[in-house]
Amino acid sequence: MNRYAILIAVFVALLALLAVGLKLDPREVPSPLIGKPAPSFELPELHEAAKTFREKDMIGKVWLLNVWASWCVSCREEHPVLLDLAASGAVPIYGLNYKDTREDGLAWLKGMGDPYKLSIFDADGKVGIDYGVYGVPETYVIDKAGIIRYKCIGPLTPRIVKEKVLPLVQELERA
Amino acid sequence: MALATELRCLVCQNQTLADSNADLAQDLRNQIREKMRQGSSDAQIVDYLVARYGDFVLYRPPLKATTALLWFGPLLLLAVGFAVLLRRLLKRRAAEGTTVSAADRKRAAELLVAPPGEPR
Repeated sequence: MNRYAILIAVFVALLALLAVGLKLDPREVPSPLIGKPAPSFELPELHEAAKTFREKDMIGKVWLLNVWASWCVSCREEHPVLLDLAASGAVPIYGLNYKDTREDGLAWLKGMGDPYKLSIFDADGKVGIDYGVYGVPETYVIDKAGIIRYKCIGPLTPRIVKEKVLPLVQELERA
Repeated sequence: MALATELRCLVCQNQTLADSNADLAQDLRNQIREKMRQGSSDAQIVDYLVARYGDFVLYRPPLKATTALLWFGPLLLLAVGFAVLLRRLLKRRAAEGTTVSAADRKRAAELLVAPPGEPR
């Protein structure tokens, strides 16, 4: 009985580790920017190249920064979710057009619909690097003080919006 | 660029920045080159990247409280396995260490010598 007790204990421990570990995504790189101020940038807008937009312009508001590109396949998956979220008016969404061309970016929004209050144009991806972008799409929730509170790596799903984004936005709005 | 061989490509995560052909790897290599041109030290460039991407951008995981198990785990398992083996061997040695009495020796000798007439 003693011999089996040890084996059963090891087996149960292994089961527990697998139960947790198999649900994790080994490719996900958690962002070190959570809880830190959103890196500053000043970029031209996608629709109006003459105007610039800075993250400072959003101080005092809770907002979403969604990194997208016309060449990004997963962004197509996520787009209906963004359109719904924008239509609900729960939180303003600003787009970061990452490593794209103006024509492609504008054409994509025209064809797919534009959920963004505005999109900024990061042609060489330098701002993306500052934000730790490594796989498009990525979405940041930024609070009224300009601090990044949550980063969603990969496409937003209705579930993530319902369980993570909306509750957080509501909490941040109350602050 | 030697520094690029110590950094990980975040897209193809089992390749270094030097090896990877991913767009992001090219961008990061350019960024590193730019920073070197501006006079940043290797340590400063590494800090710059870790601030944005976290420890995972280092190809060699740093030795921290959170990575202690990663670094010492295999050694620990080896030590445990070795200890179990040692215990087993010692137990077996103890079992075999019984002395053979004279009477037993005589009996064994008798049994081993074939009695006349029997096929051997």
